[in-house]
Amino acid sequence: MQRYILIRLIQSVFTLIGVSIIVFSLARLSGNPLDVLLPEEADDETFTRISELWGLNDPWYAQYFTFVKNASKGEFGPSFKWQGRTAMELVLLHLPATLQLAGFSIAVAVLMAVPIGVMSAVKKGTLLDTVGKLIALLGQSLPSFWLAIVLIWIFAVKLGWFPTSGRGGFDNMILPASALGWFSVASFMRLTRSSMLNVLDSEYIKLARIKGLPEWKVIWKHGLKNAAIPPLTVFGAIVVGQMTGSVTIETVFAWPGIGLLALQAVNARDYQVIQAVTMFISVLFIGMNLLIDILYAYIDPRIRFT
Amino acid sequence: MAIEANVVELPQQLPWYSLPKLRRAAGVVFKDYPVMWLTILFLVLVFPALTAQWTAPHDPLKQQLSKRLTAPVWSSGDPAKPTSWDNILGTDKQGRDILSRIMHGSRISLMVSLSALAIGGTIGTCLGLISGYFGKWVDHLIMRIVDVFLALPLILMALVIVAVFGPSFWTAIGVISVLLWSRYTRQIRAEVLSIKQMDFVARAKVAGASNVRIIIKHIFPNITNTLIVLGTLQVGTVILLEATLSFLGAGIPRPNPAWGVMVADGRDHIASAWWIAVMPGIAIMMTVLSMNMMGDWLRDKLDPKLRQV
Repeated sequence: MQRYILIRLIQSVFTLIGVSIIVFSLARLSGNPLDVLLPEEADDETFTRISELWGLNDPWYAQYFTFVKNASKGEFGPSFKWQGRTAMELVLLHLPATLQLAGFSIAVAVLMAVPIGVMSAVKKGTLLDTVGKLIALLGQSLPSFWLAIVLIWIFAVKLGWFPTSGRGGFDNMILPASALGWFSVASFMRLTRSSMLNVLDSEYIKLARIKGLPEWKVIWKHGLKNAAIPPLTVFGAIVVGQMTGSVTIETVFAWPGIGLLALQAVNARDYQVIQAVTMFISVLFIGMNLLIDILYAYIDPRIRFT
Repeated sequence: MAIEANVVELPQQLPWYSLPKLRRAAGVVFKDYPVMWLTILFLVLVFPALTAQWTAPHDPLKQQLSKRLTAPVWSSGDPAKPTSWDNILGTDKQGRDILSRIMHGSRISLMVSLSALAIGGTIGTCLGLISGYFGKWVDHLIMRIVDVFLALPLILMALVIVAVFGPSFWTAIGVISVLLWSRYTRQIRAEVLSIKQMDFVARAKVAGASNVRIIIKHIFPNITNTLIVLGTLQVGTVILLEATLSFLGAGIPRPNPAWGVMVADGRDHIASAWWIAVMPGIAIMMTVLSMNMMGDWLRDKLDPKLRQV
């Protein structure tokens, strides 16, 4: 077990190094980052002075090590668009909004996906199963930005039930969370269904039935408990999917989270903020996967030895 | 006997609109046969993509300000703006015909997805073959690179790359290929790992075949089914990705009629002119849906192992 965790840890560190190299080089793809960072009217003297100050005249590997050193402390430099704030400050400032939206949408997705997935496995081949399949299919094929716009059109403009955009009370959260969670509902439901189908075939479910347990107890207690493991593995991917998906959804709904921050930073070519956001999400993803792999190895000993 | 025969006859006398018959017909079309999905795919994607310049009713870029914001022909909008069969799906705020733009948009979607699949798929497959066949440090190196690409927030990276190089048709294809290859590598590598263990590979080795020959002649033919299935399933993902990038202004540049761009154009007019955003979205949805269904069907036929993908 320790060996497995150690190997996964080392792999994660390698992944992290790779991510940092890519994020580091992105800002330098266009040549000197000062070309885009400094205002047009900056003279040559400012140019050389800032180059010296930021160490842009150093060889690239020295620059990279400075970047890694600062990044590990969470320092990505001052923002260019939002004067007087550092990039990391901005990320942390926008984080609660994204977490709130993502958390709510994951909660809704799980609350919807698990019952539908379980029921369509239990009532396999009935109308309910067909409806479940349809939801799963649509979840994979609907573009989320389009769904967001259609939701605004129907529920905010036509019916006037919810506000069209912005962050505020509970009302504001429902439309963006639905648009964001739609995709996760589909994948979560499919997994719950297939894993539930496997479990329902097993001997201990038959035993529970023979024992005379009420059907709801057989399904929801004995069945779901054992069927819950495979869906949990995609949880990390779903969380990060929410973070990435938030770029489009937050743009459509003007939700002041990390996604909107990232888009604005890209449009303003604010590389410090872009680097901070990208590194943040990647670290989150890597950490999440590491955690899930370790958890999974605890649950299923076969994994430790492969 | 006569009575029994009657009982058996009964279901056949049901009218065509009876529930069991409808259900059966629906079952045939929706579940077992890919005919419907192929038809939709052809109508929405392939046919317009190939023939848009002759069959589209209008020039997709031609602006007719007098006809701006015309509603689709079936809607009974306000009488000041008469609908007409000339613009079946209506026009956008510059008076461009939506149907023509969607048809030309099919070409963009098809070309972007096929090119990105070709580039990303080739790179991904080659790396997967190398990684799976040679193993050891080569495998470790390639798989760590794959991990890196899987850990990066894709859309964000695409936005940054486009911000640096500027949006264009080829940037979009390049970005999507860069994001796509790692999935191929993972899948193909896993496949190669199991094929490598088989006897015919060992025999080829004993017979003195070179590594390159074994990979091309003995291993590659065994992964073609996987490639076809993976490709079909990826087209939908790629079209969605391209549409999302275009929507965010990082894909196909304006005024090209890409579906994502059209949805973005209609976003501000959703309250007054819903059709501008809704129509291209339906095109995206139908294309991706039918592509996914085709992929599912192909997977079941060719490669049941891939069920979990």
